[in-house]
Amino acid sequence: MSKSDPVDNNGPRRAIDIVREGLEKRYRAERRFRRNGFLAITISLFSLFVLFASMIINGYSAFWQTYIRLDIFFDAELLHQEALASADYDGLVKNALQTVFPDAQNRQERRDLFKLVSSGAAFELRKRVLDDPAIIDQRKSVWVLADDDVDMLIKGHQGRNLPESERRINNRQLQWLDFLKAENRIEKRLNWTFLSHGDSREPEMAGVWGATMGSFLTLIITLILSFPIGVAAAVYLEEFAPKNRWTDLIEININNLAAVPSIVFGLLGLAVFLNFFGLPRSAPIVGGFVLALMTLPVIIIASRSALKSVPPSIREAALGVGASKMQMVFHHVLPLALPGMLTGTIIGMARALGETAPLLMIGMVAFIVDIPKGFTDPATVLPVQIYLWADSPERAFVERTSAAVIILLAFLIIMNAAAVILRKRFERRW
Amino acid sequence: MKKLVVLSVTMAFLFIGLAAVFAGSARDTISIVGSSTVYPFATVVAERFGKGGQYKTPKIESTGSGGGFKLFCAGVGVEHPDITNASRRMKDTEFETCAKNGVTEIVEVKVGYDGIVVANAKSAPLLKLTRKALFLALAKEVPDPKGGEKVIPNPYKTWKSIDASLPDVKIEVLGPPPTSGTRDAFVELVMEEGANSYDWIKALAKSDVKKHKAITNGIREDGAYVEAGENDNLIVQKLEANKNAFGIFGFSFLDQNADKIKGSLIEGMEPTFENIASGKYPVSRPLFFYVKKAHAGVIPGIKEYVAEFTSDKTWGPDGYLSEKGLIPMPDAERKAFGEAAKNMTVLKSLK
Repeated sequence: MSKSDPVDNNGPRRAIDIVREGLEKRYRAERRFRRNGFLAITISLFSLFVLFASMIINGYSAFWQTYIRLDIFFDAELLHQEALASADYDGLVKNALQTVFPDAQNRQERRDLFKLVSSGAAFELRKRVLDDPAIIDQRKSVWVLADDDVDMLIKGHQGRNLPESERRINNRQLQWLDFLKAENRIEKRLNWTFLSHGDSREPEMAGVWGATMGSFLTLIITLILSFPIGVAAAVYLEEFAPKNRWTDLIEININNLAAVPSIVFGLLGLAVFLNFFGLPRSAPIVGGFVLALMTLPVIIIASRSALKSVPPSIREAALGVGASKMQMVFHHVLPLALPGMLTGTIIGMARALGETAPLLMIGMVAFIVDIPKGFTDPATVLPVQIYLWADSPERAFVERTSAAVIILLAFLIIMNAAAVILRKRFERRW
Repeated sequence: MKKLVVLSVTMAFLFIGLAAVFAGSARDTISIVGSSTVYPFATVVAERFGKGGQYKTPKIESTGSGGGFKLFCAGVGVEHPDITNASRRMKDTEFETCAKNGVTEIVEVKVGYDGIVVANAKSAPLLKLTRKALFLALAKEVPDPKGGEKVIPNPYKTWKSIDASLPDVKIEVLGPPPTSGTRDAFVELVMEEGANSYDWIKALAKSDVKKHKAITNGIREDGAYVEAGENDNLIVQKLEANKNAFGIFGFSFLDQNADKIKGSLIEGMEPTFENIASGKYPVSRPLFFYVKKAHAGVIPGIKEYVAEFTSDKTWGPDGYLSEKGLIPMPDAERKAFGEAAKNMTVLKSLK
């Protein structure tokens, strides 16, 4: 007994052995748990990484656009046949192309030649002439947008090694393009069109600016409506409302509303805002109302928990020095709870930014080219634009869809990062 | 200071509210709804029309032919759409609903044809199908293979079991959902024709209309036909991944993705632009749009939009819509519909 004996398997089990075995089991369980936790985080980060990587790989090429340099002669004869705004600018482009390639003779060849340049080139020339009529009868070197099929070929998305029948660019067009490249007439430039234009059927002229403005206008309405009402409701429910069955019922309803599928709000918007109130279809104002209804429960819940987190000592101290209930709430409790409320609001806004389903029923899922200027102009939002482009057959829209997703993700990351920073900076720990 | 903030916020609210109320009564953008098949063509025309500078670009929603008619026939007024696109003709029931809600002056304009193709991956074998084979592959109930004039639930699991010349692979077809006009057209052009190749089913069309319709319109629900939604890009991706699957969609998608998919032959005809235009490829359907004449003077630009759509440089054989995959109508038909559109000839009845 006094000897320091090693584990004696022949004798009865000693207490220390039992304890040691149990300890080993616990350590193993803890290590297993930590490993599983680490694995979970790794898997989620990996999935996130795969999402971002696939979007970036598919979409980064959309930020460059192929341009072709043509020597355009602004022929006065051609332009003055009609009013300057409706003259045949296509003709200027066609003449310039024919000058470079005089060997394109029959109709099919000429059509193939003109297909190399985007139909937007004519509008670019028209803009130049209308801005500065002095360039008429002059020869200028203009970089015009190439057609989206050419763009896809140059970027390597449509292989030139495929047999001709499977390509959108035939062999003759390929020869012409090689010639233009040899003459340094083909260049890839930053795609500013993507960031400054609205939607278009021609991929080379399509941009996200219309959708971005629509999102911006819609979110402003959402913010103006949901933030004051949400905060006021939360303050009332938390500070002033009596604790009885009615307020319990209200609280249950608000919590449930936060979980209602978003398309239900769209149906509500259709029935109430469009059919009953007669507001214009596809307008950001209706979108804003619908999204405000959706964001309201989230803001109320976040604000309530922010108010709950303000310790009672603050309230009692305020009341103790003689403040009235209103003064106590608005001068002492509310400012302290504000960071939490703002965080909840920003997260609610970020969720509203990414919503598509409720806007479907009120008509914001539509092809809208003009950039919306007011709250009642027809508009669409960024996630809807992504959805519409994902449905289009043109190959060039694949990369633009991914690029638009990158832009949307960037906005969401900025908003959520702002929420986190706000929380970190202004949060008070009691 | 605080009072000023509160006051200005309230004024902002009021202003927005008033603006909404007043602006709602003066819409200057043409509102178009309807078919997702006509959508790619209508959007091109709308964009060109808008670029002309005089009118705002029309707003076009892709709601499906049925959904479009529902919105269109809801009434006359600024809050209702002006034009609806359709990949099939208006039904009698829809015409009656329109009349009931006050939409009595409707102008029908056919814009061209669109082919429906049954496509599979480029690397998979090319199939030579007939409409009868497609009916037997996709219908819910088919004539008993043993013979006799009765139908049984579809027993065919592989293409080979229908026709020995077809490959021995499981039947798997990705097609449009019931809300799609493409499905309606597919049923009308392929399933009905395939079913009517059996004389006794054809005779049923006169004797027992309901039973005839049940046989021709029923699509199998046991997993061989998969409703793949409206997103044709997704169908193309799925076809690339699964070499044995087939997809049903419009010709324009085949045209744009010829490096990834190919269309099966139907009754010996390849789905090409020329074959569809000449009528040799049997599965092609007309595309329409319908205009409310009552809106033509009120919303600016409707007549001009219709004129843009019905001009030869748009819908003709050399027009820009044919580049996008629309099959133009023959000259005489084009002229007739062009005249009707220009004069806004009202549709009297659907006969």
